Amino acid sequence: MAGPLAQFEIKTIIPLNIGEYDISFTNSAFFMALTVLAVMFFMIVGMRKAALVPGRWQLSVELCYEFIANMLHDAAGRDARKYFPFIFALFMFILFANLIGLFPYFGFTFTSHIAVTFAMAAFVFIGVTLIGLFKHGFKFFSLFLPEGTPWWLLWLIIPIEVISYLSRPISLSVRLFANMVAGHTMLKVFGGFVVALGIYGIAPFLFIIALTGLELLVACLQAYVFAILTCMYLNDALHLH
Amino acid sequence: MEVEAAKMIGAGLACTALIGAGIGIGNIFGSYISAAIRNPSAAPQFFGHAMLGFALAEATGLFGLVIAFIILFT
Repeated sequence: MAGPLAQFEIKTIIPLNIGEYDISFTNSAFFMALTVLAVMFFMIVGMRKAALVPGRWQLSVELCYEFIANMLHDAAGRDARKYFPFIFALFMFILFANLIGLFPYFGFTFTSHIAVTFAMAAFVFIGVTLIGLFKHGFKFFSLFLPEGTPWWLLWLIIPIEVISYLSRPISLSVRLFANMVAGHTMLKVFGGFVVALGIYGIAPFLFIIALTGLELLVACLQAYVFAILTCMYLNDALHLH
Repeated sequence: MEVEAAKMIGAGLACTALIGAGIGIGNIFGSYISAAIRNPSAAPQFFGHAMLGFALAEATGLFGLVIAFIILFT
């Protein structure tokens, strides 16, 4: 029987090498393409016949849009509005990736690879830092100095603030990655119990149903958390403290 | 002690991070429920914050799990 971690294995579908770099088309890349297509299908077909009184599909598209628009407005203010397409694309990409990954037997969750999540988190981190630097110039570094700090604590506060700022991409990426890995591993471990217990396996089987519900919640929640933390970092960069 | 045995013990110890995550999650939902009982009409407004807190608290426990995996599989 395959171990609970076998589901995260990356398999090559079309081998492809350029020089010494392996850029094969893998199942991870396949599911990324599938996720992008699914998001595009959901958005474009849902809004094709935009009616004044929306149908169910159009309503769900509008719900997603308004949810993120309100979140961005509440967390980062009015002038963050021009970054809305990026936040929305990020949210939908992670949400659909997590949900497609939950399909039994078929799904592969590419957000369960630190390479993928860290690439997204590093992009957010570098982008937000550059936005702050371009907007405020040298004053951006006052981010590392909370207001009202007594002068004799400066030697302690500034290194702490710098370290906490630099650890943002790590915590942002590891949070998504760890949640996905832990959830999917737990489902597979309980799946092993069902097989091992024979007729009494009905008990862990019922538990798996509840766990799948929890995983659905976690899938949506982690996409939300990733998006709202991006908004908060953006808020820091745009308005400093 | 053999390295294999020490790895197993270390991975087990790394899972104690879940103690803190359990306390944190219990704290968040306990506070949310007591706040919701005091002022039921304001409860839906803060459900999002409770969920955000839950996700953040759960993630800290999972960092420990990641350490456990790193110890076991490297």
